[in-house]
Amino acid sequence: MDEPSATEQDSGDAPAHVIATRGLTKRYRGGQLAVDGLDLTVPAGSVFGFLGPNGSGKTTTIRMLMGLIEPTSGTARVLGRPMPRATRAVLPQVGALIEGPALYGFLSGRDNLLRYDAADPTADPRTRRARVAAALDRVGLTAAAGKKARAYSLGMKQRLGLAAALLQPRRLLVLDEPTNGLDPQGMREIRALIRELASDGTTVFLSSHLLDEIEQVCTHAAVMAQGRLITQGAVADLAAGARGRLVVTTPDAGEAARVLKEQGVGDVTVDGDRVTGEPPAQDLAEVNAALVTAGVRVRGFTLERASLEDAFVALTGEGFDVAG
Amino acid sequence: MSRAEALQAPAAPDAAAGPGRPNPLWTFGLLRSELVTTVRRWRTLALLGVLAAVPVLVGIAVKIETRGGSTAGPSGGDGPAFIAQITNNGLFLVFTALAATLPFFLPMAVGVIAGDAIAGEAGAGTLRYLLVAPAGRTRLLLTKYTTVMAFCVLATLVVAVSALIVGALLFPLGDLTTISGTRISFAEGLGRALLIALVVAASLVGIAALGLFVSTLTNSGIAAMATTVGLLITVQILDQIPQLHALQPYFFSHYWLSFADLMRDPVYWDDLVRNLGLQALYAAVFGSAAWARFTTKDISA
Ligand SMILES: Nc1ncnc2c1ncn2[C@@H]1O[C@H](COP(=O)(O)OP(=O)(O)OP(=O)(O)O)[C@@H](O)[C@H]1O
Ligand SMILES: [Mg+2]
Repeated sequence: MDEPSATEQDSGDAPAHVIATRGLTKRYRGGQLAVDGLDLTVPAGSVFGFLGPNGSGKTTTIRMLMGLIEPTSGTARVLGRPMPRATRAVLPQVGALIEGPALYGFLSGRDNLLRYDAADPTADPRTRRARVAAALDRVGLTAAAGKKARAYSLGMKQRLGLAAALLQPRRLLVLDEPTNGLDPQGMREIRALIRELASDGTTVFLSSHLLDEIEQVCTHAAVMAQGRLITQGAVADLAAGARGRLVVTTPDAGEAARVLKEQGVGDVTVDGDRVTGEPPAQDLAEVNAALVTAGVRVRGFTLERASLEDAFVALTGEGFDVAG
Repeated sequence: MSRAEALQAPAAPDAAAGPGRPNPLWTFGLLRSELVTTVRRWRTLALLGVLAAVPVLVGIAVKIETRGGSTAGPSGGDGPAFIAQITNNGLFLVFTALAATLPFFLPMAVGVIAGDAIAGEAGAGTLRYLLVAPAGRTRLLLTKYTTVMAFCVLATLVVAVSALIVGALLFPLGDLTTISGTRISFAEGLGRALLIALVVAASLVGIAALGLFVSTLTNSGIAAMATTVGLLITVQILDQIPQLHALQPYFFSHYWLSFADLMRDPVYWDDLVRNLGLQALYAAVFGSAAWARFTTKDISA
């Protein structure tokens, strides 16, 4: 973003970027560099997946965005306003679930939400009960609303945490691993809820280490590893960045593997009648022709689309492991 | 519909005003919630229960000891000698109960509530959700401060009212004799009892501010409570050591028992004023320290 657009944001126009950080860095007091020079840009209206292995700095970034911790250096703007300076103005329009739900065990689910809503000085007390009931309904907790939160299951707590983020119409939802602890049905419901909110125009910022979750709901994604941003962009572009895999199905697997290697296909592996490899630079039609010329009986010849997981492995050059 | 409006709202001059204009009075919703939440904790109820039980125990003990007709009380103590008068007038149970609970039970209860105020929320993780609501750090701290002060008053009144009820049930009521030997009417006695209760509540402000400050230093409610109560005991002990007598006027507990001077005729104000001034000093110093700490603290729990 250039300077003029930054001043435009200050004048109150809806910012093009709901979250924009520049050189955002956090070093914890113990000396741990948790986030290192992060330049993150979340476009308005996107469902933004924030991806990274355990300990890569996702929660730390979210805490800085929400004004809970002070960056060591760098700046963060949320809804066009600087954080943590503008928390009072920005946060009423932001719903957040940070590192799992936190509840008052001795209060009922409903009373928990009433308390969190009362904490927001811009929340109208006259509509409080109705909004709480609507939020409970939205996450499917109406039946358990009167139960003490202490007696909630992990998934129920997670749902209540989500409900707290939905107490008011929000422009931005920040959800740190929202499907943690949910059953498959719950996960599906949450994904549906996220899509529904997004279609209403809410920007959703979703951290996760579940690649397929990001792939299923997100339009954009960023990948973190060891506190640094590795890449960000539209999910389709990211997946395209990692080349897919060539898959040949044939009864003549051995011969096929030999020909494929000749044709410049890398990392050829044979698994029964499936031969796979990294597609070469040349036209795939010629590879196929070469197979046929060599007398290989080809049953199937496909290019499997790269998943985000492939993209991740390609980007980090390593597995999805915690850095020490 | 309403969400669409919310999206349009940024066109207004202040992008952050959100839909509708918030009423300034809504800010007190948090205080109400805090007061209700505090009183609904079983820990608060248990503390109040203990405080209410003290006058009952004292009253029964005095009743049993004097059943034979002898006058009660170990005479010769240098504390306020209210206990000897209980058998003549139940109202003295109020003064006795406050004198009995002020050195430890009352400040301990306040220390527990104050110590838990911020640290307990931090430990449970609810603090981060209050702050992203956004409660506002200064507003949240003021709310906690006010609630702890309200608890000081509530705890003192629980002792006083329990003592008044027990005193009325077990002993006669009527005109009473002040420490100076003059007679005052029962109505005036009641008035003085209320005044004493308020002074006792005000005496707890120092430890309340100290506890709140300690509470901003840690993410463990138990640690903050234990530290505050530990400080209370330490100060009480140090207040007894003659060699420290130059420091003692600055201990928050030093003038606590001055409330008895309200039972003199005329009232002897010097120590009462010193006590209230000292409590105000603690409230200002530790209140500011708590604010400085809490508004700059990383909330990472
Ligand atoms: N309060 C803290 N004090 C010191 N170091 C911390 C603190 N919180 C996190 N860290 C460190 O910062 C790094 C990033 O942690 P963070 O919680 O941001 O990771 P994450 O991406 O959210 O991981 P996960 O997927 O497990 O939630 C880790 O190395 C962690 O050990
Ligand atoms: Mg995390």
